[in-house]
Parts: sequence; C-alpha cells; structure tokens
Amino acid sequence: MKDFLNSWGISLMVFLPLVGALAMLVVPKAKEQYHKVVALAASLVVGFIGILLMTNFDYDANGHLQFVVDKAWIPIINSRFIVGIDGISLPMIALTLLIVPLCIIYSWKHFPEPKNPKAFLILILILETGMLGSFVAQDLILFFVFFEVVLLPMYFMIGVWGGEKRQYASLKFFLYTLFGSALMIVAFLSLYFLSDKIPVNGQMMHSFDMRILPELATGISTGAALFIFGGMFMGFGIKVPMFPFHTWLPDAHTQAPTVGSVILAAVLLKLGTYGFIRIAIPILPGAAEKWAPFIGLLAVIGIIYGALCCLAQTDMKRLIAFSSVSHMGFVMLGIATLTTFGFQAAIFGMVAHGLITGMLFFVAGSTKDRYHTLDISRLGGMLKSMPHMGWILGFSVMASLGLPGLAGFWGEFPAILSAYNPGLGLNVAFFRVLMVIAAVGTVLAAAYLLWLYQRVGFGVPSKEFEDDPHLHDVSFTEWLAWTPMLVLIVVLGFMPNIIFKVTDGAVSHTIAIVNGLGG
Amino acid sequence: MFNMIDKVWIIPALMAASFLVILFFGKRWGTRATAGIGIAAVSICLLLSVIVAGNWISRVNHPPTGAALAADVIAANGLTPQTGETIGQEANAATKDSGETVATASQASSTTEATASEHGGEHESVPPVVRTVTWFQIGGMQFEMGTLVDGLAAMMLITVCIISLLVHIYSTEYLHGDVRFTHYYAFLSLFTASMLFYVLSSNTLQMLMGWELVGVCSFGLIGHWWEEKKNTDAALKAFLTNRVGDIGLILGVIITFFAAGGTSFNVLHINEYALSHSANTTLLLVGALCLFGGVTSKSGQFPLHTWLPDAMAGPTPVSALIHAATMVVAGVYLIARLYGVFFSGLAIGSSTFHYVAFIGGFTTIIGGLLAFVQTDLKKVLAYSTISQLGYMVMALGVGAWTAGVFHLFTHAFFKACLFLGAGSVSHACHHTFDMREMGGLRKKMPITHATFLIATLALAGIFPLAGFWSKDEILAGAANGQEHAYTIMLIFGLITAFLTAAYMGRAYWLTFWGEYRGHAKPHESPKVITVPLIILAGCAVAFGFTNFPGNFFGIKLPGGVTTRFEHFVEPTFAFPPLQHAEFTPWLAVVSTILAATGLFFAYQYYEKNRGPHGLTSRNKVAHAGYTFLENKYYLDDLYTGVIAGSTKGPIARAANWFNQNILDGVINGIGFGARKIAGVVYVFGDQLIIDGAVNGSGRGSEGAGQLLRKIQTGKVQQYASILFAGAVVLAGVLVFVV
Repeated sequence: MKDFLNSWGISLMVFLPLVGALAMLVVPKAKEQYHKVVALAASLVVGFIGILLMTNFDYDANGHLQFVVDKAWIPIINSRFIVGIDGISLPMIALTLLIVPLCIIYSWKHFPEPKNPKAFLILILILETGMLGSFVAQDLILFFVFFEVVLLPMYFMIGVWGGEKRQYASLKFFLYTLFGSALMIVAFLSLYFLSDKIPVNGQMMHSFDMRILPELATGISTGAALFIFGGMFMGFGIKVPMFPFHTWLPDAHTQAPTVGSVILAAVLLKLGTYGFIRIAIPILPGAAEKWAPFIGLLAVIGIIYGALCCLAQTDMKRLIAFSSVSHMGFVMLGIATLTTFGFQAAIFGMVAHGLITGMLFFVAGSTKDRYHTLDISRLGGMLKSMPHMGWILGFSVMASLGLPGLAGFWGEFPAILSAYNPGLGLNVAFFRVLMVIAAVGTVLAAAYLLWLYQRVGFGVPSKEFEDDPHLHDVSFTEWLAWTPMLVLIVVLGFMPNIIFKVTDGAVSHTIAIVNGLGG
Repeated sequence: MFNMIDKVWIIPALMAASFLVILFFGKRWGTRATAGIGIAAVSICLLLSVIVAGNWISRVNHPPTGAALAADVIAANGLTPQTGETIGQEANAATKDSGETVATASQASSTTEATASEHGGEHESVPPVVRTVTWFQIGGMQFEMGTLVDGLAAMMLITVCIISLLVHIYSTEYLHGDVRFTHYYAFLSLFTASMLFYVLSSNTLQMLMGWELVGVCSFGLIGHWWEEKKNTDAALKAFLTNRVGDIGLILGVIITFFAAGGTSFNVLHINEYALSHSANTTLLLVGALCLFGGVTSKSGQFPLHTWLPDAMAGPTPVSALIHAATMVVAGVYLIARLYGVFFSGLAIGSSTFHYVAFIGGFTTIIGGLLAFVQTDLKKVLAYSTISQLGYMVMALGVGAWTAGVFHLFTHAFFKACLFLGAGSVSHACHHTFDMREMGGLRKKMPITHATFLIATLALAGIFPLAGFWSKDEILAGAANGQEHAYTIMLIFGLITAFLTAAYMGRAYWLTFWGEYRGHAKPHESPKVITVPLIILAGCAVAFGFTNFPGNFFGIKLPGGVTTRFEHFVEPTFAFPPLQHAEFTPWLAVVSTILAATGLFFAYQYYEKNRGPHGLTSRNKVAHAGYTFLENKYYLDDLYTGVIAGSTKGPIARAANWFNQNILDGVINGIGFGARKIAGVVYVFGDQLIIDGAVNGSGRGSEGAGQLLRKIQTGKVQQYASILFAGAVVLAGVLVFVV
C-alpha cells in the first residue's frame, strides 16, 4: 500500500478528476443525473485517495517532502515531473479535497442558468486537477502549467454561468491574472537562466527544481533577484489579491455563480499566498527581505481599505468579496514578517478563510436563490423568515470577524503577533506600526460584518418578502454541503493544533532556509 | 473531600454541553426541559465550584511541601521539568526579593509546620494549581491550554455559579412565554460556560478567547428581541465598543508575551517576569496600558463606558447576570489576574498617581452623576454599575488588591439583587422601567421592596451590609496607599460614596414611596422571582463579614475569623508585595456620614419634596449642567455620530469611489487603450505593412499568413499563447540585460 502510494498516490489524486471529466465528456448532456453522480463519485474517490495519503503521511517528518515522484518530463530544458507533499501543502490539499465535493453536492439542485450540468461539472473537475497539481508541484514549469490550468475553467464558469455583467467580469479576471502570470513566467525563466547549473546525465544544465533552487539561486546578483522577485510578486500578488491589484476580485465574485465564488475564495486565492511561501520567499530570501516592508505595507493597506470598501457596499456578495481583500491582508502580513509565527498564521489563515468565506458565499448564493436579489437594503429579517439560514449566516459572520474560539482567529491573531518581532533584518519599528494598524482592522471587520448582519438577519422582513413562499429554510443538500464546513470552523477554532502541528516542521524548515540564505 | 481542583475543566465543559443540548434539542423538548437542563447544569457546577473552593481552602491550610511543591511550581509556570527547575528557582527568588515568606522546594519542608497555622497575616507561598494540555505548537514551541485554580478563581467560580443559577431560575418566570425562550437559555448556558472558561484560564490567550466569547453572548442577549432596531443597535454598539477596547487587549497580550521572553502566554510566567528585577518596566507600562484598553471597554470605564447603559435593552435577568455581576467585571478580573504586569508597569507600589487609578476614580464620579438624570430604573442601575466598576479599578490601581476584588465579590450580589428587583417591579408594572410611572410600590410588593431596600443600603455602603465593608477597604487602601497615599483617588472615592447613596435614594423613593403613578395593577411577583431576591439580599447582608477587619473599633476577633477573604483569595505566588491597609475608623465614620447624608438629601428632595425643585429651569448654569448630563457628556454623539458615522459614511464611500473610479479606472483605461492600440497596429501594421509585404512576397509566405490569420481569430486561448511567447522573449531580454 505504502509503496503504491509512494509511487502513484499523488499522480492518481491529481489526475483522477480528469478521468472523471473524460468519462462525462462522452455521454450526452441530457443525462444530467449521470453527470452529477460521476462528478461527485470522481471527487469523492479523489478525496479518498487524499485521505489515504494523509493517513500514510509521516507527520513527524512534515518538514520533508513525502510521496515524492521525480520523473523526466521536458528533458531539453531539464524541467521534470516532480511532485510531493509536505506540511505546507497538506492543509491546502485537504482544503481542496473537501471543498470540491461539497461544491458538487451544493450544485446538485442549484444549477445556475444556463444549466448544462455536464459542462459545469467538467469544469469543476478540471479545476480540481489544476488546484491539486499546483499544491503538489515541485518544478516551476509544472507548477506554472497547473497554475494556468486553473484559469480557463474559472473563466468559462464566470463567463457562461455568471450574472449580468459576466462578460466584463470574466475577461477582467482572465486578463488580469494572465498579466500576472506573464510576469511570473518571466521571473521563473530568469531564475532558471541566472541560477547555477547542476550536472544532469553528465551535462551541466539549469534546473526548475523548486527543492534545490534556493541553493542554486544564491549566486544571483541582488539587483536581478529584486526584479525576479518583483515578477513573482506580480504573479502571486494579483492572485491573492493584494491591494492595489485586487479590482478584478469584486467583479469576478459578484458575477460568478455561487460555486464559482466558493472555489475562487476558498482555494484559488490561496494559490497566490501559497506561491509566496513555497516559491518566492525560500528561493530568493534576500530579495524577499527587501520586498517585505513593501508587501507588509500593502497588506495592511489592504486590511483597512478592504474593510472601508465593505462598509460602502450595498450588495451582499460584493461586500463579502471585499472582505476577502481585507482578510487576505492578514495572511500577507503574516508572510511579510518572514517568521514562523507569521507563516503559520498565514497557512492557518488560508484554510480558515477558505472555510469561512466559502461559507459566506454559499449563504449569499442561497440567499440570492430565494430572494432573487442581494441588495442589502431590500433584505432583512432572515432570522424570522429562515431561522436556520439566519443562524448559519450569524455564525459565519462571527467566524469571519475573527472571533476567538472559531477558525478565523488563528489566522488573524498570530499574524498580528508576528509583526511585533519580524524576522531577518526587517525594521522592527515599522512592523510594529503595521501591527497596530492591522489590529485596528479587526474593529472595522466587526463593524462591516455585524452591520451586514443587522440589516440582513435582524429586523422584520420587508413587505416584499413577508409571505414569500420561496423563502424556505436550509434544504437537505445545503445541510449536506455546509455541515462539514461549519463543524470544521468550530473544531479548528478550539483545536488549532490540527493545522499548526502539521505545518510546523515544514514552516520551520522554510524559515531556516530563509534565515540561512538571506540576511 | 474528593479532589476537584485537578479536574476543574469539567465545570465549563458541563455548561458547554448544556449549551449544545439546549441548542439542538431545546425546541423539540419544550421550555420546561430547556430550563430544567440549564438549571441542572448550573446547579451541578455550583456544587463542584464549592468543592473546588473547599479544596483550595484546605490547600492553603495545608500547603504542599517538598517534591509536591516543586512539581506544582513547575506546573504553574507551564514549563517542562528540565527547564522548569531553573525558572522555578528564579521565580522563587523573585518572590523572596519582594519580601514574602518564601518556600522554595528545598526550604518548604522545614518552614511548613512553622507557618501552617499563621494568623491572618502573611503566610507562605501557595502556588496555584495549574493543569495543562498542549494546545498548539509553533516554531517547535509548545503552547498550553489549561486551568488555573487559586483563591481568586475559586471565588469567581462560586460568584458566577450562584448568580447564574438564580438568574436561570428567575428567568423561567420572567421570560415565560417569550418567543425565543430556548435561544435565551442556550445563550445563558453558553455565557456561563465562557465566563467560567475565562476565570479558569491559565494563559492570556485563553483569557482572550473567553473574553470574546462572553462578548458574543452579551451581543446575542442584548439583541434578544432583534425585531426592533433599537435593540440591535444596542447590541452592535456593545460589541463594537468592546472591539475597540479589544485592540488594546490583543496588543497587550502580544506585548506581555514578548516581554516575558516570547515563549509562553502563561499568566504566572508573565507575572513572575514582571516582578523580577530584570523586567523591562517601560515595556510593561505599554503592555499594561494596552491591556487596560480592554478593561476600559469591558468594564465600562471612561471613556468607553457608553455601551453599558444601552445594553439594558436586553432582558433584565441578563442585565443582572452579564451587565452587572459577572461579565463586566471581566476587566477588573484581568487586572487582578495580571497584577504583576500592572504593578510593575504602573509602579503602583511607589507612585501617588497613575492612569489606571485615575480613570477608575474618575469613572466612579462620571457614572454616579449620570445616574441622577435617568428616569429609567435600569439605567440608574447601569450607571451605578459603571461607577462601582470604577471603584474596583481604582482599588486595584492604588494597590488595594484585596479591596478591589472583595468589592467585585460583594457588588455582584447586591447589584444582581437590585437588577432582579427592578425586573420584579417591571414584571408587575406592565414591563415599564420608567420611574415616573411607578411609586408607592412598597405596600404592593413587600418582598421586592424589602430586598431592594437591603441591596440599596448595601450599595450605599451602610453598616453592616456588604458594601460597607468592601467600599471602606477601598477608601482605606487609597488613604494609606503603598508608600504614599493616593489622595486624589481618596477624594474621588468619598465624593462617590455620597453620590451613590443619593442617587440610589432617589431611585428607591421614586419607585417605592409616594403615590402610584402608573396604570397597571401592581402585585407581588411569584416565588420563582422573590426567592432569588431573598437569597441575594441575604448574600448582601452576610458576605461583607467574610473579610471582617482584624481591628474593628477595638473589637479584635480571633485570627481564624477575620480577613478570611484576604487570606484565602489574595495570591501568594507570583504576586507583588502589598501593604495591607488596616481598618481606618475615621474613614469609616466619614464615609458612613456621607452616605447617610446622601440618603437624607434624597429623602428630603424626592419624598418630602423639599429643596430647590425646578432649579434647572430657573438657573442657566444648572440648566446647562443638566443638559450636559442628559446628553451623557456628548460622548455618544462623538462616537456614533462623528466617528462611526463618518467611517460608515463619507470615508467608506470615498474608499469605494477610489476603488471604482481610480483603481478600476486605470485598469479599464489600460484595457481600452490596449484595444485602441491593437486596432491601430492591426490597420497600419498588420493590414498595411505586413499584409502588404506578405501579399507582395506571394506564395513564399503562405505559412506566415496562415499563422497571422490564426492570431486574429479572437480566441482568448490564442491570445494567451501569444502572451506566453512574448513573455519568453521578454525573459530572454531580461537575462541578457541584467
């Protein structure tokens, strides 16, 4: 079993969704039930393989890559098919494995216009491959390919199943992200050409291997490193998204179908932050140190700015979208400190934000299904019309504002804490100022979320919706899709070690590389 | 007696279980079962808490020695045995330096017998019982979660459980037939669980967690009747004001964590660091002031007290439990718990004035004055709570630790009694709290009247009720101070002693005397309501004697009877050396005269209708003063109107405008520009020049033409591949240039 997993586990997990997609491709789209079942089955089997991998994962050695496969792929540029899992990628993989089946379950009865479950579900499965692939890839080109694979399905999802302004939103999403990708690949190629060579089959060649690049890249001049980091910063930063490159996000979220929003918020944004932790910072710690104050500053501006924009929104979904900008600011602040505390907070924050904001988008989607509007001023009295939904919204709101005892807290608090004592040679006074501003952001978060809740959940329903028969409470498929997330939000809140313990070794390892090579 | 002190985690866990059961099954099982589950759970908790207190008392009487003591010291510091050894010794050294009788592991056995039966004065160091499990790990460091039991925690356990139990019982009648009876009880359970979790916390992070959880319960219960916007506004205000203070709390936790070495959030570890010689007092000062930010909001200190009166929008039993007796003292408890930090940071031992003591004293007056202009009985009590919380903070600020904590203890009972009494009155008078519609109720509600009177006198500090003893200790503490007297705080305290008696007299006479002015038919409340009142009134009489002074006007009771509260509750481990103020006869006399005068004035003015009635309409200064008070010093206008209003309004809109027009404008502009340029390139470059050249070059370039035609198909994928190609070229350029 272990041998099989070692050699095939990851590849199976990553590519099985594609097999499912292929199986769906050959069956006509009229057979909707078939497509739903196959898609769900595929995602569940993938999840099962993931569970096998996780149970066989050696948690004591979470700093080391496990289940590593290293095969020749494009020999001419020495790009290899290298995949592996360590403590940093594991939580992200687990999050993906969880979110995808839940999204499929949720969409069982919620297919947005123009329906067509076949195409919709195929796109979700392709997305899953792309997301999982990005989290296991250990070769820059391989990572880049997976990173881009994610782009197209999401483009179509917004462009076809989206709201009224879907054309504009999808194109903006696509071009903006692609612009970042272009700079990122430039950075990758520069890194490739400027780093030291290694012997491959008796020949000296450059390498895309992320495992050894930190060492190979030590020879790069400071100036070049700064540029290369800048390229990656654009690629990853747009994906996060960091202020001021976030403007694609509110439009994409507002227009995307519910499931699209959930996947976008829960997993896709994390590709950016993951890229910083996995690639940009360990490979170029010296440049990271130079960039860190700038990143930290943008992160904190994002926290405050995103929160202020939230306060001005009149559309519930757009408000949640802006809250992502604010929350991802905490993640980026943690990363910018270049400390174990900060990185740990960032990874926890990524998972927590995935669950909580995913949950908020689910509720927003279900609200839209029932009220046919997300105009906050027209909603109200949800606790009265749909008590369960109201409670779930209230719970998610509390989680989102970083209430201790729920998952969101463990992304926020350690990130603020880490800014007290930033790593390497970072300016302590500067980061402490950031710390205080970030702490102020927690008040604004509470303000916009509770104000949203006051207007949506509390009060009495307006005349318009007083006796609306469409306002039925949480349905069975919704319970099925939401319960795991709700439970996890509580469990992670009380037992943060579930994640911290898994990531600790890997993060310490990464920080050791940063400290050893940078500064 | 069986040992509960190791398994004390069961107490909050039980309440949490009660919460879950009520939440998930309450609706199905009905109101009787719901209330039954809650009451049963709190009763068991109370019983267990009493056992814990018993365990603690026997621990103080028979302190651990030798290896057991060493193990406890190590556990208390939250360290592993290897490193614990040295730190434990340092800690003991620190306590020794501070003049306490110290029992290090080696000395303990020899000194124990000698000091085991001491006489109310200094006794040896008894470490709290700390039991932890690993909570999470970061950077290889283990962070623990656990329980810490000492006298303070045990006292809080009992206080919270008694009042919670009485409120649970009282509510069965008070909220009878309420639409959200189940939710109410669920929140009561959750609140009790969170509060117990908070007081048992062994580290600051856990305290932060409990702190916020009680805040959420408060939010949920203030907004209990959320159909009305007024109530939800109050709930939001409470939560957000507390969040403002929480900035301070979060930063304070962070600063104290790093100050104490950045390895542990353990409360005792932080206290020990703070009291050691190597402590960085500047950092501790900043940390203490940050923490005090949290205290300011949670415990209703000036200038963040404004949420507390609004919080009265919740059901009255909740006001008694959360917004008077327990949750609002969380801030006071925080200071008491992290006293080392405050003591060193603010130099309590050697100063005559500092921020915390001043704010405490100032708040007593601010709150007391506002209580005079309220017509709503609950709001009078709310402002009174603010004022009394100020007393507690002031006491801790002047170094009178036991006095402050003792006042916390006594106040909880008589204030809960007052609130529940107000609830009883309102229950009888058509759910109004307006004192203008009351009057003459003493004959119609004799039990409510009697208990309310006792609690009023206790609050006013009339001998021999509980408030007399605790208030007097605070004044004595301020008068004697540590090295110097805190004279300003003493004056504040004395003024407030007068104010308290006067405004409580006003409320009492307006409610219970004169003619009935309402339209209901008042009647005495049922037993479910009156029995809790009687019990609380009993506590208001009895509990003052728990800290009977050693020398009371020459009466010297035996050592085993006096100052028991101080003996069992005041920590002896990781605690600064405090001088305990003796009972001060002249102060007791002066404060009692002031209180009596206050009551007398109130009686004359409100009952006998004597004095300058109508002054506010005749005199400009008086009118201005009245308006100033009526508008609550205009703080609400500043917060809600100016700060929140501008953030929510213009500032947020400006940010959004910037986002839509500037940031997005740039992006859209680039997109537009790119399309224009592409058009130009296409027409001139492609069609005219290249295409011309291609056409001119004939069949040789057929391949190129094919390629270009493909480019123009408008498919996103193909644009993408071109972009990649461009990127590769760019990369080449970069490589050669850099």
